[in-house]
Amino acid sequence: MSILFALGFWLACWVVNASLARSRFAAQKPVRIAIPVLFGLAILALWQGIVTGLSVPEVILPAPSSIGVAIGANLPTLWADFVQTILKGALSGYTLGAGSAFAVAVLVDRVPFLRAGLLPIGNFVAALPIVGIAPIMVMWFGFDWQSKAAVVVVMVFFPVLVNMVAGLSASDRMQRDLMATWGGSYWQTLVKLRLPAAMPFLFNGLKIAATLALIGAIVAENFGSPTVGMGFRISTAVGQLDLPLVWAEIAVAALAGSVFYGFVAALERAVTFWHPSQRGR
Amino acid sequence: MKIGPVLGVLAVIVALWYGAAVWLNAAWTYDQAARDGGTVTVSLLLSDTMDQERPVLPPPHQVVGELWKGLTAFNVTSKKSLVYHSYVTLVSTFSGFLLGSLLGVLLAVSIVQSRTMELGMMPWAVISQTIPVVAIAPMIVVLSNSLGFGDHLGVSNALVSKTIIAAYLSYFPVLVGMIKGLRSPDQMQLDQLKTYSASEVQGFFKLRLPSSVPYLFTSLKVGIAASLVGAIVGELPTGAIEGLGARMLIGSQFGSPIIVWAALFAAAILAGVLILIVRVLETVVTKRMGVRA
Repeated sequence: MSILFALGFWLACWVVNASLARSRFAAQKPVRIAIPVLFGLAILALWQGIVTGLSVPEVILPAPSSIGVAIGANLPTLWADFVQTILKGALSGYTLGAGSAFAVAVLVDRVPFLRAGLLPIGNFVAALPIVGIAPIMVMWFGFDWQSKAAVVVVMVFFPVLVNMVAGLSASDRMQRDLMATWGGSYWQTLVKLRLPAAMPFLFNGLKIAATLALIGAIVAENFGSPTVGMGFRISTAVGQLDLPLVWAEIAVAALAGSVFYGFVAALERAVTFWHPSQRGR
Repeated sequence: MKIGPVLGVLAVIVALWYGAAVWLNAAWTYDQAARDGGTVTVSLLLSDTMDQERPVLPPPHQVVGELWKGLTAFNVTSKKSLVYHSYVTLVSTFSGFLLGSLLGVLLAVSIVQSRTMELGMMPWAVISQTIPVVAIAPMIVVLSNSLGFGDHLGVSNALVSKTIIAAYLSYFPVLVGMIKGLRSPDQMQLDQLKTYSASEVQGFFKLRLPSSVPYLFTSLKVGIAASLVGAIVGELPTGAIEGLGARMLIGSQFGSPIIVWAALFAAAILAGVLILIVRVLETVVTKRMGVRA
């Protein structure tokens, strides 16, 4: 019965979405937001319907409603884990890693030898499974958030470095010549022309790094952590078959990841408003 | 790419590494000397920091030695052999990569074909990547164990869960690249097909699909690296005893950094080989399609 209801709801959402997408309002902002929201609601309803309809046991897949109850009941725990993993581990590592990558990129750009030598290596390292350094960092920096931040620093560093170096050579010859004819010094050219021109590339790297940061912070908790943190909580809750709590943590991780990514994307829109990909929004 | 600067930078990195190894491992040497009542000379410091059982930072030659031992000293089917562990990781990397690429391509086709899918699905595809998959990894492991997918397919449950995690990480780059590729034919080309009175399906197979190939391969290279990460991460919460991720876990539990470093290097080599394979495939396919480099 509830399956039928959920299927009906899902179909209704699909029909509404299809007509919205084809209507003349499709380009407008509320509609652009409403469509994915409806899509998500339809999936949630389908999930709830299937779980209650087929009475799927909670240890396999809990229903969205019981996940909601778990979130409400465990708010203090979820908050403590969020602070430990996201704020202390991921965010501090992200700031440090991206900041140092930015500085190194500017330095590398000044020395042609370094650019020719470091860039291929950086490109290669950026494709490596760097999460593997997590056990080493835990050995070096201990179980607390410092080791997690260290993993995040290394994971974030290379994608940002590679993109920033590419970005610093994005301004074209003519523009740089123009700066030279105006008698602009190295620093003036850097600040007024080349850094702004590098911003779209930098944000490309920062967005990749934003998702990597959370992965690094959570993976590192598998190699040892204090009794707080999202990765720790998920693995212990899985062990206790407390699946609603696991899903509650996943929901928090998803929310934190999306907000983090959305924040970087919003910053990008504010900084690179002049770029063609940002115009006309 | 000039080889000289690359080698120069590599040499500097190795030199820095040796320096760091002496610096970080010195504490242990001083400890030992203080216990024995001896003094630490420079030569003792240098020789001892290069050859410790459990160094804080193993110097490059120890890592390479362990890697070489792992690759050659044992039978390839032995559990001590890194070849065996690499193979285990490779299998799940490949199966995850195939599943993920297939999913990415199918989603891209449906998104390009249907406006509803584009507006409804695309934001969720982006959100799915902001969810750290490793948070879900233990979940997927429990699910595939209790549902027993592997038993139905005749493979181990661990392989199924690693495949799903690897696919989850690798589908997104393929999706994004493929959408870009399928949209790459310009209006003129589309108009030309219309004058030939080509159907939608013909247009898709004769124009859109071929012109998406270069984009596809670019994202396949990103995708295969991502699925290797997924396979390794998938081995961590499974309590796996096979695979490179499991080697890292074992090394960290036994407090033996050399094992971790050797596994890390094996993973790096594997990543390089995988990207090379995709690159070779790319040249073969584009050559057959008549592209001149």
